[in-house]
Amino acid sequence: MAVESLGSVPRVKVAPWNDPVIRGWVFQIVVVGLVGFLAWYLVSNTIENLQRQKIASGFHYLEREAGFEIGDTMIEYSPASTYARAIWVGILNTLRVAVLGILLSTLLGTVIGVGRLSPNWLLSRICGWYVEAFRNVPLLLWLFLFYKLISEAFPGPRQAISMLWNSVFLSNRGVYFPVPMADPIHKWMGVAFLIGIAGTWMLARWGRKRQETTGQPFPIISAGLGILIGLPALVWLAGGAPHHMSWPELKGFNFTGGTVIQPEFTALLVGLVLYTSAFVAEIVRSGILALHKGQSEAAAALGLSRGQSMRLVLLPQALRVIVPPMTSQYLNITKNSSLAIAIGYPDLVASINVTINQTGQAIENILIIMAAYLSVSLSISAFMNWYNKRIALRER
Amino acid sequence: MRNRFVATAAGLVAAFLGFSGTAHAGKDLDAVKSRGTLNCGVGIGTAGFMLADSQGKWKGLSVDVCRAVSAAIFGDSEKVRYVPLTSQQRFTAVQSSEVDIVMGNATYTLTRDTALGLDFTGVYYYDGQGFLVPKKLGVKNAKELNGATVCVAPGTTTELNLADYFRANKMTFKPVVIEKVDEIRSAFFSGRCDVYTTDASSLAATRAANVPPPQTFDDYMILPEIISKEPLGPVVRHGDNQFADIVRWALYAMLEAEEYGITSKNVDEMLKSDNPAIKRILGVTPGMGKALGVDEKWVYNIVKQVGNYGESFDRNVGMGSPLKIPRGQNALWTQGGLQYAPPIR
Repeated sequence: MAVESLGSVPRVKVAPWNDPVIRGWVFQIVVVGLVGFLAWYLVSNTIENLQRQKIASGFHYLEREAGFEIGDTMIEYSPASTYARAIWVGILNTLRVAVLGILLSTLLGTVIGVGRLSPNWLLSRICGWYVEAFRNVPLLLWLFLFYKLISEAFPGPRQAISMLWNSVFLSNRGVYFPVPMADPIHKWMGVAFLIGIAGTWMLARWGRKRQETTGQPFPIISAGLGILIGLPALVWLAGGAPHHMSWPELKGFNFTGGTVIQPEFTALLVGLVLYTSAFVAEIVRSGILALHKGQSEAAAALGLSRGQSMRLVLLPQALRVIVPPMTSQYLNITKNSSLAIAIGYPDLVASINVTINQTGQAIENILIIMAAYLSVSLSISAFMNWYNKRIALRER
Repeated sequence: MRNRFVATAAGLVAAFLGFSGTAHAGKDLDAVKSRGTLNCGVGIGTAGFMLADSQGKWKGLSVDVCRAVSAAIFGDSEKVRYVPLTSQQRFTAVQSSEVDIVMGNATYTLTRDTALGLDFTGVYYYDGQGFLVPKKLGVKNAKELNGATVCVAPGTTTELNLADYFRANKMTFKPVVIEKVDEIRSAFFSGRCDVYTTDASSLAATRAANVPPPQTFDDYMILPEIISKEPLGPVVRHGDNQFADIVRWALYAMLEAEEYGITSKNVDEMLKSDNPAIKRILGVTPGMGKALGVDEKWVYNIVKQVGNYGESFDRNVGMGSPLKIPRGQNALWTQGGLQYAPPIR
């Protein structure tokens, strides 16, 4: 008998409890039911227990006055603000240190990773020692060290080290420096800067196309810088060139005026960047080493310098190996920023902690903190996955 | 931070699974009795109130209250297991039955007594929030602190009182908030902050025990203003009234003993006293122990093994200790203080 197509094999009549299809369905329904029941049981039991122990629940506390002060805020905040705003201040502080940390550790890590492959013996050794030193000591200890260094090594505000003709002051309260007084024109300068970014991007595309068709290179870096600085500057001139500055001044206990980068922030950022860049360096190094050495030989044969072959040939290809593990480093930096609490930087964990203690509503607050970290982490992953797809090898 | 998450997680698990229930009265006391030890949550370490000595033995005024409760229940003040808790962990720990009592210098407030599922059973120390400053700052009172940077521990009433005080006096400040007490003290002593604020008792302890050389005790002063009421009390779970009664009256027994002049030295002679009040207190005339559900010799055991309130105060925080805190508000009501025990009768 000839083999018939598989799809039309006549089904053998069996009892329903022996039918694999029906059994499959039954098991799946049972599993879903069990999971659902477990979830329901946990939630309802929690609520019941909270009520029986007379522990307040619900999210209404978010609208109440927080009543505590926060030392380092990016937005307007006072003890009269709500808990919701206090938590928002914490989220923004976490994002600030995470974003800066990601940018700086990528830069530093790439430099060190490439440096480790340098034919220069001393340079590659120094980079190697750096990686081993930072990878093998817990981050928390680095944070304590940097915080202690700042608070012990720098003098108090009254003996602050003044620099640049008494405009910048270093003390254990942070770095104080002058900033322009707020002016409506600043908003428009920001808009001009954004337009500048878009313009530079379009110019770069046009420049690349021209080089591909005519072979004429275009000085995109200097042109781009010109646009990015020139446009806001023009707007500033058009707005009457407001040049009033707010200068830091010692008044009473501390400096007023100007702006400050606080020691807690500095210690946290420096610690995170130095620590994470050691891991980034290893990822970059392994990415470059993963390439066939024919790639660098071919680049050399074309007459490219070492820097050019790294920038134009090796790194772009290595990115395919580098990006996926880099994602976890970015997630780590975000999560590790929660160690801030040990050195007093008011991040998300700090805000939530205080809120838990003042309201006693641990479950709600833990849910908020989980949701916040989850959404930040998922956003980073989504972006990195998108980027990974974009740079992936396209087979035509 | 990790520790706190463990405690919080334990609390959440307890809440999920429901073994922290307080379904019927007597459950907590039964658990303590069948376990044979009292689990007492103490703070991480404040000289004079709760601090483990070089042998790992916990000592202090707060610790003595746990010992008194143990003496009342078991007739032995040493049947206590001490669990160090941060100010963040302490309430979750008692909610989730990890400990039976918290003696972590917790301020008695309405919210804590109601919304947290807890009960305060009295006041073992009348405290208030103060400010510690280096003398070289030249500040003489708290009204001069406008613009100061203030070191403060997170998640306590301290942080709220501080903000309230500066708001009420139209002053501003910058907080530096660090969770670990050691770290916050070191930030203060290294000059990161102008002021360190917490309960005055704890400031006295810090000044007596933690000033790093070459600085000394005399380089620092506590400002005269006390900006809040911080009555410190033992905390138990809401629900077991009998256990709460024992904790409450163990403290009262120490106060009552001081009022009647019963000390750890003379308690044996006092058994022969003709004073009917003393006879009732020491169980020579039975009844009080039965009413409380403990041994008739409960007060005898407390005073014999722990001492009366005055003895404990002097030994741990008063003139007999490095802290040298005057009795002040914590004197008995008969001496013009606030410490007042309802009669044992």
